[in-house]
Amino acid sequence: MSSSNDPLAGVAIHGGGHIPAGVQVYPEPGTSFWSGGGLPYGIPSRKLGMWLFIVSDAITFSAVIFAYGYLRLAAADWPRPFETASIVNATVMTFVLLSSSVAMVLAVRASNLGRRGGTVGWLLATAGGGIVFDILHIREWLGLIHEGVRPFQNPWGTPMFGSAFFAMTGLHMLHVTIGVIYLLIIAMAYSNKKVTEVDVEVSGLYWHFVDLVWMFIFPLVYLLSAKVG
Amino acid sequence: MSDTSAAAHHHTAPTSFIRKYIFSLDHKVIGIQYYFLAIFSVLIGMVLSWLVRIHLVWPQLHIWGLEKLSPAGAPGGVMTPEYYLSLLTLHGTLMVFFVLTTAPQAGFGNYALPIQIGAEDMAFPWLNMLSFWTTFVGLCCLVATLFVKDGPPISGWTAYPPLSAVGSDAGPGQGMGQNLWAVSIAIFCVGSLLGALNFIVTTVDLRAKGMSLMRMPLTCWAWLITAILSLLSFAVLFAACILLFLDRNAGTSFFLPAGLLVNEKLQPHSGGSPLLWQHLFWFFGHPEVYIAIVPGFGVISHILSTFSRKPVLGYKVIVACLLGIGFLSFMVWGHHMFLSGMSPYSGFLFSIPTLIITIPATIVSLLWLGTIFGGKLRFTTSMMFALGFISVFVTGGLGGMFLAQPSLDIFLHGTYFVVGHFHMVMGVAAIFGMFAGTYYWFPKMFGRMMNETMGKIHFWFTFVGVYCIFMPMHFIGLEGNPRRYSQFVNAFIQPLMPVHKFMTIAALSTGIIQFLFFFNLFWSIFKGPKAPNNPWESTSLEWTVPSPPPFDNFAGVHPVVNHGAYEYGEENDGKDYVMQTDPPTRAVTG
Repeated sequence: MSSSNDPLAGVAIHGGGHIPAGVQVYPEPGTSFWSGGGLPYGIPSRKLGMWLFIVSDAITFSAVIFAYGYLRLAAADWPRPFETASIVNATVMTFVLLSSSVAMVLAVRASNLGRRGGTVGWLLATAGGGIVFDILHIREWLGLIHEGVRPFQNPWGTPMFGSAFFAMTGLHMLHVTIGVIYLLIIAMAYSNKKVTEVDVEVSGLYWHFVDLVWMFIFPLVYLLSAKVG
Repeated sequence: MSDTSAAAHHHTAPTSFIRKYIFSLDHKVIGIQYYFLAIFSVLIGMVLSWLVRIHLVWPQLHIWGLEKLSPAGAPGGVMTPEYYLSLLTLHGTLMVFFVLTTAPQAGFGNYALPIQIGAEDMAFPWLNMLSFWTTFVGLCCLVATLFVKDGPPISGWTAYPPLSAVGSDAGPGQGMGQNLWAVSIAIFCVGSLLGALNFIVTTVDLRAKGMSLMRMPLTCWAWLITAILSLLSFAVLFAACILLFLDRNAGTSFFLPAGLLVNEKLQPHSGGSPLLWQHLFWFFGHPEVYIAIVPGFGVISHILSTFSRKPVLGYKVIVACLLGIGFLSFMVWGHHMFLSGMSPYSGFLFSIPTLIITIPATIVSLLWLGTIFGGKLRFTTSMMFALGFISVFVTGGLGGMFLAQPSLDIFLHGTYFVVGHFHMVMGVAAIFGMFAGTYYWFPKMFGRMMNETMGKIHFWFTFVGVYCIFMPMHFIGLEGNPRRYSQFVNAFIQPLMPVHKFMTIAALSTGIIQFLFFFNLFWSIFKGPKAPNNPWESTSLEWTVPSPPPFDNFAGVHPVVNHGAYEYGEENDGKDYVMQTDPPTRAVTG
């Protein structure tokens, strides 16, 4: 395939590693990607690496969510303490996080169009969304701690409520915080031309994944424990 | 929009000592680092197993130096029962994680995978270095348990709660020791995950031109499948270790039920379940068994074909069987929990795939026999360990068919039968794979040959020795001898004590013969005869380059592969094999 028809022409294809020169984006006629000397998925190695990291991180979250389900189903007195105000707060957090994902999409688009300033701006907006999410989240944690919720006790029922709440949301918050730092580093490096648009897209994969995890945690932790009636 | 940095990115050899040998990005150096990390761990693990075996038969024996290591654990040099459990735990953890998981996959895999597929290095060299040093920190945390006040934890390598989760009330080692254990394993998980990710991307993206998946040596298939298992299973153990750490230090109760009385102290926990740990742990733990053994499958297939001068019988079938084993390994974790309180239906459900998994394992074993059948066998030390691998793997595996059935397992699970079974099939077999790999790749790794006479003495003593240690365990297990006990005071075990003494003596002498191997290894690194490029007349890519290979493996030349990995047969042009890089026209009839 000639390079002028190549939709990936000009897009950096190399991973972080030392790929032999002569690596092809498309296989020679009569051969397949899988016969060596090419990138079978037609994506840079570091993008494949991030996908694999996401698979494994998703499994880590799954294990924690499994533990939560296992214990919640076994508990006779799992509390449902979240008042409307808490649910509204969590909904706003969800909105902020999803909006940051939109900003991330725009950052990737800007970088693919070669707009360096726009990319950095959207990346900063994405990171800003993450920071707002963290602030709202910590405010909520402090509120619950004020009400007497601890990892080992709470005023309403089985102490596992606090354990599961802090473990799941804490693990997620850690991911958001790491993501914010990651995005800021990418934004800085991209504006200094140290990294390419591929790295912007790879950081986007991570950020969308973190958002996706929240779309499981929000219903499982908050909506299932909303105070009804 | 173009990325000039990647195109200009060239592999240049580092010159400083630190970048060359310590914080090296070269997969070959990292592989050797992993290998020696495993050698260090296996030395400690082996000495611990001696102490454990000695305590079982001579509980009052004064052991020199032990009091210095732990005044509380061995007052006057005589081991306490608690310290026995501590050493047992450390032995298991070191061996499973830092030897069986580390050497076959991260050691040999790192060294040989990129060369065998024709790449200059791993896909992410920096990540590769990071995984090694992460693993190193994990090892330091674990070894540090020997030197903290109470010694290593007493909860076994499986760290079952409540014992592992309640803290220092539960006994010596359950304070700081168990914390260090959890941190060490969590760090190890991170290192393994990074390594696994790197292996998969390397195998998918960096194969040389013509190196299609079905031309890869079976070693590469085995490392790829093991990497997939690691990626999917260590992620779960990582989560479990975090929860265990929270239970111990943040007061949560994921693994602790209410009303727990430990050493007459009521524990403040409630709402959790010890079974939850077992599910999470064994969801990791069973694939882990295959993480230890599958690289061995690959190495053994490769070596058997090379030294039988015959193509591997049923290459595609072996690949399919390895994939099948990998897939099934995620569906059988419950067979470790038949005794733990599961519905009989669940037991049945876990028993069936456990029995099914013996089918691909049997097919692979038969294909190995078919590979050597009618071949022109060359009995190098490497080949002998490969043949020994088949023997110990089949012997150990047969025990697994008994244990797969809940009705039998309920009797056997708490006995030495299980100890004999898993040591044979997972420990000894995997270690035979490592020995075979060491004798096979040593010339490439260090540019010199190992001494074959010493190697053969090492093989025969080890081969007979491991049977003497682990076969009797099956029989005393059938007699009902319980495992994990530190002393055997019950009357019904007394007649078995001579067997225990026999096993201890066998363990000590088999251990001592390993020093012949260590001597051979270190002596040959410096004094062995120089190795040619291809001493074994093998076909795969690592034997086309000098021993040891240059920094970027192929000295800037990009190999083109024209042949499968196992083309051996009748002599043609003075050679009975076809290198993978030979011209397409060259052939031998097999």
